Amino acid sequence: MSLTFLKRVIRAGATNFARSGLVSFATVLIMTVTLFIIGCLIFLSAVLTNTLTTIEDKVDVNVYFVVTAPENEILALKSKLEELPSVAQVSYTTREQALVSFKERHANDQLTLQALEELGDNPLEASLSVKAQNPSLYAGIVDFLSGSSATSAGIIDRVNYFQNKTVIDRLSAAITATQQVGLAIVILFAAASTIIALATIRLAIYTSRDEIAVMRLVGASDMYIRGPFIVAGIIAGGLAALIALILFYPISWYAGGALSSWLGGFNLFSYYIGHFAKIFGILVGSGVFLGAFASWIAVRRYLTV
Amino acid sequence: MIYFDKVTKTYRDGTPALEDVTISIAPKEFVSIVGHSGAGKTTLLKMLLAEERPTTGSVFFESVDVHALPTNTLHHYRRKLGMVFQDFRLIPNKTAYENIAFAMEAAGRPDDEIASDVPHILDLVDLTGKSHHFPSQLSGGEQQRVAIGRAIVNQPDVIVADEPTGNLDPINTYEVIEILKKINQLGTTVLITTHNKGVVDALGKRVVTMDRGRVVRDDQRGQYVL
Repeated sequence: MSLTFLKRVIRAGATNFARSGLVSFATVLIMTVTLFIIGCLIFLSAVLTNTLTTIEDKVDVNVYFVVTAPENEILALKSKLEELPSVAQVSYTTREQALVSFKERHANDQLTLQALEELGDNPLEASLSVKAQNPSLYAGIVDFLSGSSATSAGIIDRVNYFQNKTVIDRLSAAITATQQVGLAIVILFAAASTIIALATIRLAIYTSRDEIAVMRLVGASDMYIRGPFIVAGIIAGGLAALIALILFYPISWYAGGALSSWLGGFNLFSYYIGHFAKIFGILVGSGVFLGAFASWIAVRRYLTV
Repeated sequence: MIYFDKVTKTYRDGTPALEDVTISIAPKEFVSIVGHSGAGKTTLLKMLLAEERPTTGSVFFESVDVHALPTNTLHHYRRKLGMVFQDFRLIPNKTAYENIAFAMEAAGRPDDEIASDVPHILDLVDLTGKSHHFPSQLSGGEQQRVAIGRAIVNQPDVIVADEPTGNLDPINTYEVIEILKKINQLGTTVLITTHNKGVVDALGKRVVTMDRGRVVRDDQRGQYVL
């Protein structure tokens, strides 16, 4: 493919795009809608991932120690837990810290505070709060605790995993299901909008079918006929991607502020700005690919003369 | 140069379009193919352009069987033929200049050659002042002159014109025929189909008469006789 050939194909594609005014406008419009949907799916996927991470983060297992448990043994167990690959984080709450936070929590409940005063001694237990890498790993961590020397030494009073087990199991199942459903929705919408964009480009090229036949009869090669249509498709896709990217700026800015509290602090605008290169790449890449691919397929149908 | 060898074309529904047609055309000849509508004139040209395949028989161009050519090399063969159609078939979103230049670009001719040849051709078909007009801005006669310009710009061996004057008034018909005669005088073979008795009689060249898919007359200095 010579440079002259490439130059002529690009020039003819750009000229055709500009001269086909209304047809080009309709193609860009439909492709903008398609790419806008793909962009929305990127945001949806980010919101979903963020929500699931936030929920996962809230799940932990607490190990409560008897009031007589020596602190060095608790810290030794903490170190052992931290060495486990399934453990993400372990935080230690002393009996004194537990008392302080208990008092803070019940600052308005004089009756409870009075009862605590009357006990004289601190009745609260020291605890380790364990966070796993993901919720399905808690069972293994609890097994480790039951078999550890700490249990045999009798310093562990109770582990709240067994009380939370049902909730944790359900949450694990819900997270997996949500991820699968989310993926299915993304694939479904992306496929539907892609088919619409393909049909639009085919329709635009359908209007040029006689022209394609004439080009064949005056001796143009398949690539020379096809090239300008592909270039016009790429221009339409690229332009549609840029319009979608521009539209997302004010929309995500407005939605970011309005929906932030509803989405658990997730700001769509910050996400858009922070991941602009990725979103730009996906939208422009999809637009250019869709435009080129649809044109390639559509022209092929009329190259039979 | 061109040889139709016992060409028969029958459409899928059994309609016969051509029956056992044998014609030989020598270089530099000017041949008019005449006949009623449905006589098979256009089908005969489509066979030469490899737009349609014969049911039996062969079409040879310079001893090459044109229907044996692979599809991906067909465009090289078509560049040897310049085509003119009754309905002009110009590319609607290209100007007169660009329509003519397109044939040269498609043939891979260099830019400087295109820049020097296209104005010359526009001058030849008397359209210099309308080079930047789109087909929709030109009259029928002007559009046909652009189509002739496009057909001759690559200096083809043969001009194939299917009813080139079918949509034109007498003055434009005269002009188009004069251009075709001039091209023929310069050494290009011309093959036209026509209904126009006046054109055929005024030419005084070879006339092949067709009727119901068969060649019924072939006169070296013929008249329009049906």
